[in-house]
Amino acid sequence: MDIDSAQLSAILSRIQFAFTVSFHIIFPSITIGLATLIAVWEGLWLKTRNPVYLQLAKFWIKPFAITFGMGVVSGIVLSYEFGTNFSKFSELTGAVLGPLMAYEVLTAFFLEAGFLGVMLFGWQRVSERMHFFASCTVAVGTWISAFWIIAANSWMQTPAGHKIVNGRFEVESWFAVIFNPSMPYRLSHMLLATMLTATFVVMATSAWYLLKQQHQTFARKGLSMTLWLALVLAPLQALVGDFHGLNVKEHQPVKLAAMEGIWPAREANVPYLLFAIPDPEQEKNHFEVKIPGLASLLLTHDWQGELQGLQSVPKADRPNVPLVFFSFRLMVGLGLLMIFIAVAGLWLRKRGTLYQSRWFLRLCSVMAPSGVIAVLAGWYVVEVGRQPWLVQGLVRTMDVVSPLPAERVTLSLSLFVLTYSLLFGVYLYFFRKLIKKGPPELADLQQLKVGVKASGYAVAFTKNLADETQHKGAH
Amino acid sequence: MDISLFYFLLLGFAILMYVLLDGFDLGIGILYPWFNSDAEHDHLMRSISHVWDGNETWLVFGGVILFGAFPTAYAQLLSTLYLPIMLMLIGLIFRGVAFEYRFKSHSSKIWWSRAFAIGSTLAAFCQGLMLGAVVQGVPSDAIQGSSLQLVTPFSLFTAVAVVAGYALLGCAYLVMKSRGDIQHKAAQRGRVLVWVVMLAMALVSLFTVLSDDLIWQRWFGGWQTLWLLPLPLLALAAARLLYRDLGRVRKSHHNKEQVTEKHEDRPFWLAVSLFVLAFAGLLVSLFPYLLPRQLSYQQAVAPEHSLWFMLPGVLIFVPLILAYTLWGYRIFAGKVEDFEEGY
Repeated sequence: MDIDSAQLSAILSRIQFAFTVSFHIIFPSITIGLATLIAVWEGLWLKTRNPVYLQLAKFWIKPFAITFGMGVVSGIVLSYEFGTNFSKFSELTGAVLGPLMAYEVLTAFFLEAGFLGVMLFGWQRVSERMHFFASCTVAVGTWISAFWIIAANSWMQTPAGHKIVNGRFEVESWFAVIFNPSMPYRLSHMLLATMLTATFVVMATSAWYLLKQQHQTFARKGLSMTLWLALVLAPLQALVGDFHGLNVKEHQPVKLAAMEGIWPAREANVPYLLFAIPDPEQEKNHFEVKIPGLASLLLTHDWQGELQGLQSVPKADRPNVPLVFFSFRLMVGLGLLMIFIAVAGLWLRKRGTLYQSRWFLRLCSVMAPSGVIAVLAGWYVVEVGRQPWLVQGLVRTMDVVSPLPAERVTLSLSLFVLTYSLLFGVYLYFFRKLIKKGPPELADLQQLKVGVKASGYAVAFTKNLADETQHKGAH
Repeated sequence: MDISLFYFLLLGFAILMYVLLDGFDLGIGILYPWFNSDAEHDHLMRSISHVWDGNETWLVFGGVILFGAFPTAYAQLLSTLYLPIMLMLIGLIFRGVAFEYRFKSHSSKIWWSRAFAIGSTLAAFCQGLMLGAVVQGVPSDAIQGSSLQLVTPFSLFTAVAVVAGYALLGCAYLVMKSRGDIQHKAAQRGRVLVWVVMLAMALVSLFTVLSDDLIWQRWFGGWQTLWLLPLPLLALAAARLLYRDLGRVRKSHHNKEQVTEKHEDRPFWLAVSLFVLAFAGLLVSLFPYLLPRQLSYQQAVAPEHSLWFMLPGVLIFVPLILAYTLWGYRIFAGKVEDFEEGY
């Protein structure tokens, strides 16, 4: 194979991985947060017996199920793609990353899958407490899964605890590998991001119902809860993001320079660029709109602080600056919008017009994909910003791709593009269908069909409701 | 015991678990075209919708154990078997999402049934193809050469054999989980499949043993033949019993009698033991290779530090996983009911 064809094949493999991993991350970023919310609602229902909580849990479990399914099938692809498309990388780093992923499967994937069956289909087969336990277990499983995969990814960003023997990575300290310098920041940032993603999906749906004047009690509860959540999570996320940025400055200064569009090798009193078009050829920015000294202040806590710029490394060692720069701005912009909505929501709540304010409800309802978009943009900053390295400073991406013929990768990439485009359309269609159908009516929940072995959930609930109705009738 | 041997056996265990568990639910997909009505298709899918996800997790587990414990083999095998793996993944994607969308669709239901059937069959076929290619010995230049190198008469044969084997597991599962017409049909088809599977097993065994002098020596080169003889004999006995049990189920439907529980449940376990025996036979032939005649497990093994790190995880969590998986199956024990509420 000549050089050109080898390079083409490598680029195709990278595009395929970027495409399949981007597609995958959409779904876990919704389900991690949504699983948690469902478990919370179920717990609240058990505690308060307020049926609206059961309605919330029962309604959101359906979009959750289709999202989870998409996450599962697109995730399996990834666990094989390391080997198929990055065989040299797997050989070099298998001893470090393999065990982390083995722990992910052992402690999380089986747990999620094992209890998901009970969570989705076991309403009539187990007691209500056991069902709640299953929902909690699924939620915890999603967090554990995030823990391990973030550990593995963070090690590639800020490798630690390893040694290189005969060109391959071996581990000296597992603790240092897992809790590598960027891991705690990335994990908290990502978990908060998934919570925010789910929060805004639920908020948008509730706002949409209120606009349409449907399912009022249900929608009010959903909107109110998620606005409170956003009020806590969105500012917290900004704070964690700031700490994460400081960590990037420390360990991946070139990535930070790309995020902020800093070209000189070293620069003091760095402005914060609200907008600019970075030009990698001329090594400068066009159309800058900036606040002087703010970047220095944010990152060094000093207006005059010095930052390292892109020219400190050769061109070949820089990432795609415009992509990182704009992705970062998109993410931060959406984050600020989320904070604004949370604060505006509080203000409207105080004024008592939260559920009537049409402009606000409209704004909330278009925020449905905001979390997913912010997560994707954030991951582009992380992953593109690390290039040309696959393991920061140690392994170059282009050096470790499988030596496959380009045609073979073209074929698989085309298949993935076709399959995923089709499935994404289908996913959105069914998601919309479920939302349009609305939550189960309280009366319907009452008439849950009781199965042969109905030991707990349905029977207890139906009985309970029947008692309540009798009570009301008596009064 | 040597720790690398432990991981070799663990990998074998993971693959076996995958083949048995996803085997029966892929089998249900393979059987889809043999059932006609929507109601039957609903029933078939309902019988596995709560377990398929867990079953497929064993595939991921096998993959990561290979990655963590034998990175060289993971890299070589996966990049060499590129296209069958990709096609298998596409198949698994379509059948996986069919579980979610089929029950929620009306006009497009037929397409989800097709996606489920074709996806399941494609995934099984690719797995069989890879099995054949590995047993036969993948050509060392396979990654650079044409993908068609992997397609040989032998690998095509093993591909069809695996599809038939999974279908047999699926039939036996249905006999256990269904009643009436579906059970009757599954028993009937299962009997044909017993013949197909036994014939395929015999031919594949014969080919494997004859293809390599070392493998011949291992089976017939001395006293160990006596130790190994039970494998094929037990397989024959299991197949015979399976055939008879399925026959009894079929007959009682003809005579409109109650099927006894023993004959409903036992076929599944017999089909499982057939697979276990075949797998053991394969292990005898291929040991100690991950890639026959090219890469043994000792050559591919990761540094000890990584193996020891995974060990507590394996020893604690694998039993735990088996326990709660069993619990999950017990919750849904008994026949599949058609009026059960989903989520």
